[in-house]
Order: sequence, then C-alpha cells, then structure tokens
Amino acid sequence: MTAAVVVFPGTNCEHDVVYALGLVGIESELVWHRETDLGRFDAVVLPGGFAHGDYLRVGAVARFSPVMAEVRRMAEEGQPVIGICNGFQIMCEAGLLPGALIANRDLAFICREVEVEVTDTDTVLTRGAEVGQRLRIPLNSFDGNYVDPSGTGRVVMQYVDDPNGSQGRAAAVANEAGNVVGIMPHPERAMEELLGSADGRVLMSAIAG
Amino acid sequence: MTSNTELAPEENALPPEPSDGNPPPVHQLLGMTDDEYATVCEILGREPRSAELAMYSVMWSEHCSYKSSRIHLGRFPTEAPWVVVGPGENAGVVDLGDGWLAALRIESHNHPSFVEPYQGAATGVGGILRDVFTMGARPIALWDQIRFGPLDQSKNRYLLNGVVAGIAGYGNAVGVPTVGGEIAFEECYTGNPLVNVMCLGILRDDELVLGTAGEPGSIAVLLGAATGRDGIGGASVLASAGFDEESGAKRPSVQVGDPFEEKKLIEACLELYRNKLVVGVQDLGAAGLSCAFSEPAARADAGMIVDLNRVHVREDGMSAPELLMSESQERMMAFVHPDNVDAVLAVAEKWEIDASVVGEVKAGGSLDVYHNGELVAQLPAASLSEDAPKYDRPLGEPGWMEDLWSNTVTFVARPGIADSLLKMLDDPSIASAAWAYEQYDHMLFLNTVVGPGNDGSLLRIKGTNKGLAVSTDGNGRLCYLDPWRGSARLVYEAALNVAMTGAKPMAVVDNLNFGNPEKPDVMWQFRETVDGISEACERLGIPVVGGNVSFYNETDGLDIYPTPVIGLLGLADPMPAIPPSHDRVTDGMELWVFGPERAINLAGSAFEQITFGHVGGRPSPPDPTMAKAAIEVATRLACDGLSPALHDISDGGLIMAVSELCIASQVGVTASYKDWRSLFCEDPHRFVAAVPTEHTEAVAAIADEAGLPSSRIGIFGGGEISFERKGVRGAVDLAIATETFYNAIPRRLAH
Repeated sequence: MTAAVVVFPGTNCEHDVVYALGLVGIESELVWHRETDLGRFDAVVLPGGFAHGDYLRVGAVARFSPVMAEVRRMAEEGQPVIGICNGFQIMCEAGLLPGALIANRDLAFICREVEVEVTDTDTVLTRGAEVGQRLRIPLNSFDGNYVDPSGTGRVVMQYVDDPNGSQGRAAAVANEAGNVVGIMPHPERAMEELLGSADGRVLMSAIAG
Repeated sequence: MTSNTELAPEENALPPEPSDGNPPPVHQLLGMTDDEYATVCEILGREPRSAELAMYSVMWSEHCSYKSSRIHLGRFPTEAPWVVVGPGENAGVVDLGDGWLAALRIESHNHPSFVEPYQGAATGVGGILRDVFTMGARPIALWDQIRFGPLDQSKNRYLLNGVVAGIAGYGNAVGVPTVGGEIAFEECYTGNPLVNVMCLGILRDDELVLGTAGEPGSIAVLLGAATGRDGIGGASVLASAGFDEESGAKRPSVQVGDPFEEKKLIEACLELYRNKLVVGVQDLGAAGLSCAFSEPAARADAGMIVDLNRVHVREDGMSAPELLMSESQERMMAFVHPDNVDAVLAVAEKWEIDASVVGEVKAGGSLDVYHNGELVAQLPAASLSEDAPKYDRPLGEPGWMEDLWSNTVTFVARPGIADSLLKMLDDPSIASAAWAYEQYDHMLFLNTVVGPGNDGSLLRIKGTNKGLAVSTDGNGRLCYLDPWRGSARLVYEAALNVAMTGAKPMAVVDNLNFGNPEKPDVMWQFRETVDGISEACERLGIPVVGGNVSFYNETDGLDIYPTPVIGLLGLADPMPAIPPSHDRVTDGMELWVFGPERAINLAGSAFEQITFGHVGGRPSPPDPTMAKAAIEVATRLACDGLSPALHDISDGGLIMAVSELCIASQVGVTASYKDWRSLFCEDPHRFVAAVPTEHTEAVAAIADEAGLPSSRIGIFGGGEISFERKGVRGAVDLAIATETFYNAIPRRLAH
C-alpha cells in the first residue's frame, strides 16, 4: 500500500509521519495541498502542524485547499483517512468528523507524553489494538479540547487523565464506518523506545490493514 | 534600473546641524555620536543624505557593529581542524564527519522582550532560525535561556508569561522543537530580562551557502514578508541603549513575528539550496536592507545597484530611510545567477511567498540606492561594516571587588539539611522548568533522545550513529563575584554536561549579556569574561565559532550581573545505545560522586543566596586538569553503559543533583556525608552518578585511571531523600520533594 501524506503550507509533522510509516513497512509520499488527484494512493494522512498558519479558527482555511476534495472522495470510498492533531482539526472543519477542537482548558500549549486507552477497535487506526489497552503517546497541541454538541462523535480512544478538557476525555474520534479517524496525540512520535515509547506502532501499522 | 548617476537634490534634506544643540541633530536622535558623524562625512567627502545617515546609524549601532567588543572578541580561540566556518558569518559551522555539518548560533532579544515580551521573544526565535538556515542548514532544535526578576513582582510574572508564550507561539508554529534551555531569576533582571536563544541546524557538506553576493552580474532577489514600518531603528534605538521610565515609548521599535511566513521561507530556501539556485544568501535581521545590501557585497569585494521601488511593501509612502532601516521579519536576500532568476521566482511561488528582484551586483565597491527614480545613496558598501568604529573603551577592576570578596558568611550554626533542601526545591531558578518546556514542542523531527529536564540535550541524526549533544549554561551571580572564574567555570560545566550524554565537546557559541560598556566596571567584567572563556576553551581544545554581544542591559543606571551564556556542542559518534537520562535510576543502584576534593567554598552558591540571602565571597577557580579528568570519566560511564543516570554538581550542589535524579526517577536515596557544607558546594568538575552494583569495580577503575577521586556515598531506594552523618538524619519525603520541585514556578504564577 502507498499512503499520501498531505502537506499544507504550515504543516510540520509530515516528515515524521513518513518516517514512522516507513518503520512499520508502509510506503508513503508527500503530497502538496494543491494536488487534485490522489488516485494512486490507498490511504491518506493529514499530519500535524499549523496549516495556513492557523491564524483563523484551526483548520478553517485548510478545509478549502484543493486536495480536500480528494480526501473527501477517499473517505466516502472507505479508504483509510487519518488526521493527526492539526489533521484532526482540519477533518472536523471539513465535516469529515463531527465536533470541533477548541483551546485547551488551561489555555496553554501542552507538549508531554499522555496515557490513552483504546475503547473501540473497529477502526482502521485501532484495529491492531485491544479494547482497554493503554498506550503512552505524546500530546502536542494548543487546540486539543474536543467538543461535540451533536454527541455523534464515536470516541475510539480516551485520555486516562483528562489533560485538556475534552468531552468524554476523547483522544481519538472515528466516523461510523471506522475508516476516517482523527487522533489528537501523535502516534508517529511513539515509535521507538529510544525516544520514550513505542506504543504508537500498534496504531500506525494498523493503517495497512 | 534607472541610469541617473548623480545624487538627487533632497526634498526633505537633513536640517542643518544646529549650533546650540537644540533641537539635537538628527544623527544623535539616531543614536550616533558626533565623532561617528564626522567619520561618515570623512568617508563620503561630504555630509550624508538622509538615506545614507539611516544606513550608517543602524549598521554602526552597537548591536550590529560590535564596536565596543570587537577588540576583545579577537582573543577567542576560533580554530580547530573541524571548523568549517568560524565567527563572522551568520552562523558557525563544524564538520561532524561522513559528509555531515552542523550550523550553530546564539542570539539575544533582551531589549525587545522587555518592551513587548511576546513579540520580543517570538522574533528572537525567528531571527536565530534565519541565521542558521541562511547557511544552508535545516534548523533542528532551539534552546532558550531566559532570566527575569523575582516572581513576587507582577511585572516579572507578566514578562515570564509573555516570553514563554512568545517562544512557544513562534517555535511550535514554525516547526522547530525547543529542546532545552534555562530559566533563572535574580533581582538584577527586574528592569532588564535576558532572552537568549540558540539554534542548531544540520546540513550535508555540499549544501553549505555563504552570505556572499557572488560575481558582478548576480541578481539580488528579496524573498518573504513585505517590508513595513515595523522595527524601524530596533538595532540602534532599542538594542543599543539602556532603559528608563520612558521605555514604553519604544514599543513601536519592536517587530512583529509571523511564524507561518517563516515556515514557508525555510522550506522555500531549503529547496533553492537543494536545487543549487543561489550563489549566496543573507538574512534580514537587525539593520534590514542596509545590512542585506552591504555585507554580502563587501564579502564579495563588490558593490550593488538597487532600486527601493522594487521592494514589496505592506504600506504606501515609505521613505528611503524607512525602507532601509525597517526590521520587518521573515525576509531573506538571495543572490542568484541571472539564468536562474526565473527558477528562483518559481520556487517562491510554489511556497506561496513573495519575491522581488531588487538589485544587481556590480564591480567596484559602490552601493548605489535608487528611490522614485532618484539616486538617494551612494557609498562604499564595505564602509558600513568594515569602517564601523572600534572602541577600546576604558576599563578597570571595580573598587568594590575586594569588598565583595571579603564579604563572606560566617555560619554560627549548622542549618537544617531537610529545611535547606526544601527551600532550594522551591526556588524557581533551581526547580523544574517543566511549566515552560511543556508549552514548547520539544519532540518534533523525532530526534530528541535526551530532552528538557536533563543537564544536556542529545539529538540523534537519523540514518547515522551520530548524536549531537548541547548544553547551555549561564550563572550571573557567579560571574558577578568573579567574571573570569565564573565564565571559565561555565565552559567546563557545559563541557561536562555534554560528556555525561556520551559526547565529545566540539564547539562553543557564547551570548555575552552585559551592562553599559561606557562604564569601566562593565568593560572590565567584559574583558575578564572573554579571557575566562578563552582560557577554558583553549585548555579543552574547543573553538568559539560564533556569538553575540548584548550591551546596555541596564535600567535607570543599574547594570545587570555580567551574564555570559555558553552554548556548547558535542558529538557522540557513535551515540550510546541507551544514553544516560535522569529518569533511569532504579532501586538498589549505588550513588557515586566523582571529582576533586577541594577546600569547600560556598561563594556564589545557590545555597548561600537562598538560605541566607547572601551574595559575596570569591568563588573557587577552575582546575583544567580535573576538568579534563571529569569529562573523560563521564564520557566513559555514558558510552560504556556503566551508569544510566549522571548529574553535574551545579546549582544547589550535590544534594540538589541527587534530589533531581530521585525526583525524575521517582526513587528515594539514603546517603551519608562528612561535612554538611559539601552537600551545597557547587563545583564544575564534580558529578554524581547512579551505578548498578555489577559495574562498581569498573567505574572505580576508570576514575582511578583518569586520576579522578571517586567514592560511593549512598544507595538508591525507598521513599525518602535522606542524608545522614553520625546518626543525625536530614530527610525529605520523595512525594513532597516532587510536588515542591514541580510547583515552584506554577504556584508563583497563580497569584
């Protein structure tokens, strides 16, 4: 399989995602946000960063980038569509997932490892894990506080200790079909014990099916 | 380009120099002395035009010209076989072997951060990044060293919050991790906080780019943000003068940062370098276009012809002096072969940044600047940098040094060990900086093997066995008590810190933060500091490859402590398989202390200041032989996997070093001591290590072989940090220690 890793101006985790996918044997290519054809890819990842500077509401500009039509098509066709951090925020803005991400409860950026618990394994990101499995994964966001007034968001991972005020302690949310998943912590940063944790591997490797 | 070669008559010519000094002449308002003005007239053979005076005033400012420090900086050792680029370029560059280079630089943004903390700190980050990616390197990490007055004053809390938010806001968004640094508090920084930032980048050896304009015919292309009126006179008006009650009026001289623009600029420039599309690059920082036109031309022994109307601007009606002095951020000047201009513009368009062809390199040394079709400035390009004044300012040992040295504490009773430890754990300068570094992305790029909260950082270079270690160290109190000894000790401390990650010390950058150089006391402190750093670097065989000088750190006539900050880069090749880290101590490991057993001297220690509010006495001199032995032993322990956790004995002494290992690893300790003062004594050649029992013989042998005293003083385990002598015990519960250590800063900010 080959995954597309989308680069918006201001994205900054793209190389880390490519590296992490490579560690679990998934080929990937960087794709510029003006791309209009992702037909050659089997999956797509929207990585973290600050797309278009995030000077407006996070993700509010990125949802209009040309590549998003293809991301939507892949989501509708059932291919894996993963958004990490800023990618998750963009997916909410684009309506691919319900809810939104607002400023952290304490109004400060949080960069530290957190513990999350897998609550639903019927998704393209969590299918390799077990329900109840706890993973140590770095969180790195200012707008990481998930709110979902509709109550339709399917929470598939929860923070063990709520770091940011997220509704239902949601750390990852999926669509009904389970092929579109947004995750706020960064699994690509938890791939090697040398850097503190390899717990993200079970998630990244699941993308290949 | 226009062909008019005569200087145009000026509509808004400079007013004639008033004879009675009232109002003050324009050059004085721009921060230039009468003598300097006379020199400009001499160079030009006439009075300068307004645009010319603008250029000289910023380029000859203290901040840009180093006019008070240059005669001293020449004493730094700057050569070593692995130095590729030494001081003088935008960043120093060293050879890491196998085709890899590292670029490093340190800078201050002290004055802007006092006037506007968020933007001051943010643009400091932006500026240091440009210094590094100007060299062709991808910036991979930042370190921030920030110093404030005590947190019981609301202004200081405001400054700390603003500076940390600015570093986080810019660094996180631009996508370069902030992996370490320092936070310290002293009364002397109340009116003048210090905000220093260091950046490290890596590149392949065929990607190196220098700040040259290239051959005549090269085209100057201005890339990035549009030029506006922000930051006009930042270098001359703001960074090169002290503060007083009217400093708030200087707020318009602070620039505003845009990390998104910078991120695009980094990616665009790296693509230009990869595709070999530029012959040279110069970033636009202090002095803006004045610097970007003149320095690369001077380095190429050439001149330039430029048209200011081609500069893309964000507001109408800017005058030539404003365009030349603007310090608008996120701009770079690329020098391009004429055949490659279209390709360069295409890369700029791809990355959605603006680009303008603004000038052409000419033979001869003249810089000709046109605006609205008129020639508004014509001067020797090199005169802006090379002819800048150099001052041998008067200096002398302050009369109060002897008093300071004889002002020692007499202990009438032994203080309580546990009480003293708790006080230090609660001191914001010593306590955990997690409140700050958890607001910084310190993990991006997946290189951070040893991150914030340790003595030194360790970053891997993916695809190699190499690790890059960095330690940044400053100690204003120690340098105030003895600038020579204090600054030399900082170099040894930083070298020991990188050794404890398994790396070999390689190069130093220094940020020299001082008071008013027009005072002989301050210039003496400066000279002593340069000599102290030089001596230590020579003894260790490591060059100084760059640095920054920040003078005029004074408010209402009171100077800060002399505060050099050392940034030291080390190379671990190969990197230890599992590098030591403070959080790797486990139950049953032994506590060892290494280093010379010298006469105990508490002068300048955190203990004396925190427990007795005392700053006095003369700190011990460094011992180069012991320094080398300590570095050698620490490196072996780290590289051979003999100790999973080491800690230098600096702020707070041995008891604090051990406590930090306990807190990070969440394991207690039981240790013994002979003289209570040895628990609090700070020594740059001493360190503690956790040693698994199976390695104790090997460890002792290594220390013996190196001639470094070592001893086992305790064992890790249990729920207390406990130190005892002859049955008298001082102990702090580990949970209380942990809570105190992590809460010291947050609880003071919660006011």
